[in-house]
Amino acid sequence: MAKHVVARVGEIPDGGRKLVVVKGRPIALFRQGEEFFAIANRCPHLGGPLIEGTRVALVTSSCPGRYETSRAGEILRCPWHAWEFDLRTGRSVTDPARFGARRFPTEVAEAKALSVETFPVSVADRVVLVEL
Amino acid sequence: MTVTTPGPAPAAPAASRPALCDIDIHPRLKSPADLRPYLPQRWWDYWQSYGLRRRHGYVKGHPYPKAHPVDGMRRDAFPPGGGMPGSDLAFMRAQYLDRYGLTHGVMNVLSPTGAGELNAEFSAAMAAAANEWQKHAWVAQEPRLKASVCVPYEAPELAAAEIRRRAGDADFVQVLLLSRTAEALGRRRYWPIFEAAQDADLPVGVHVFGYSGYASTNTGWASFYVEEMAEHGTSCSALVTSLVFEGVFLRFPRLRLVLIEAGFAWLPPLAWRLDRIWARHRDELAHVTEPPSETIRRHIWITTQPMEEPDPPEPRHLTEVMEWIGPDRIMFASDYPHWDFDDPDLVIPATLDAATRHAIRAGNAMALYRFG
Repeated sequence: MAKHVVARVGEIPDGGRKLVVVKGRPIALFRQGEEFFAIANRCPHLGGPLIEGTRVALVTSSCPGRYETSRAGEILRCPWHAWEFDLRTGRSVTDPARFGARRFPTEVAEAKALSVETFPVSVADRVVLVEL
Repeated sequence: MTVTTPGPAPAAPAASRPALCDIDIHPRLKSPADLRPYLPQRWWDYWQSYGLRRRHGYVKGHPYPKAHPVDGMRRDAFPPGGGMPGSDLAFMRAQYLDRYGLTHGVMNVLSPTGAGELNAEFSAAMAAAANEWQKHAWVAQEPRLKASVCVPYEAPELAAAEIRRRAGDADFVQVLLLSRTAEALGRRRYWPIFEAAQDADLPVGVHVFGYSGYASTNTGWASFYVEEMAEHGTSCSALVTSLVFEGVFLRFPRLRLVLIEAGFAWLPPLAWRLDRIWARHRDELAHVTEPPSETIRRHIWITTQPMEEPDPPEPRHLTEVMEWIGPDRIMFASDYPHWDFDDPDLVIPATLDAATRHAIRAGNAMALYRFG
């Protein structure tokens, strides 16, 4: 496992996204406030490109006729067959035990603390790292 | 801390790929004006003045959106240069035809084609225009794609005339109907369509949806979009039952029927049920001279998308259904660019033997549509 610089914080606005490639692997990176979520850009169902998905809220129902929405933006819906995934865990919303998109840990760091040779950052930048 | 930077994107796979035929590709007009060169002035003016009048309770046909943009599109299928998914041939090539190595594709234009239009002459003019548009804007530019003959199927005599006009034109490989017709599809009023298709040696493809004017389920209007998705199997069960019990395939013995986007796991149990009730009521159906299952196996082809996905995954259940239907009767379909698109490299069960996988991916369509 190693950490890879994949973006400058400033290039992805809140609610934004970026497709990155780490070790040949396409990864969909999403920003939610000051948090970043990274999942494999390949739906575990039939391979849809998750970077193109819609970000929705979690809709739950405690009983018929009652609906609760929460966690707006943290649920990703595949652009093909509409499977939903929890961006925090990568797991399917309907069948989390069996089904999920591969999720990668992320962190934000000061660029000046890193030895970054080829990714264009300035020492003032904060950068997003993905671990795999 | 070890820090590396992203490498280049992986190279595209090599060009050498197995043959691939797709029975359900949806091209789309960039705008209604695309049909103007092919519509007589009378009907262009009529369309602009009065619009489409269909047998349907909703002014625009269906309740939209269907959880996906516009008419249920893949979100990643919008061409970067603008316009609707399916309207840009260059992007369709890049995203689908070339990427997956398509060998032959059958186009099914859903709208506007005059389908379900109540003014019969206008319906016929729209169908003819949609056919000319397919011929010039698509087949002439991309010979891997072939057209389905759009017909004014609620005016069957006019539909038959359009089929006869296209007979022998290699740009057209099947006749296209929608599944929700005003009457059960086997009834006598539709026979001119089947007769003309047989004479033209064209299969009849029935794509789900349409403009029957009736509720999408036979117990009334459904509350949810997904109920409509689940319904296609039941309406196509009724459609097959009608065709078989009206004796359509016995009257037109060279007729070949393709069910598109209806699923297929419902077909074997339907055939078993029909065999059973047919054997017990022979005097009512004296004109049906063989077990329905034999007729179905001889005359009906099915397409893969949307394929049933037994849950939890148990490939045996699916492959047993496919074995009953017949490995020579199942053809891959993608539904590109709609949201329920199936990837040809992933969706054909890997547990099938290589010959069957090839048959589904290409061989059966090559034989049915006589692709060279």
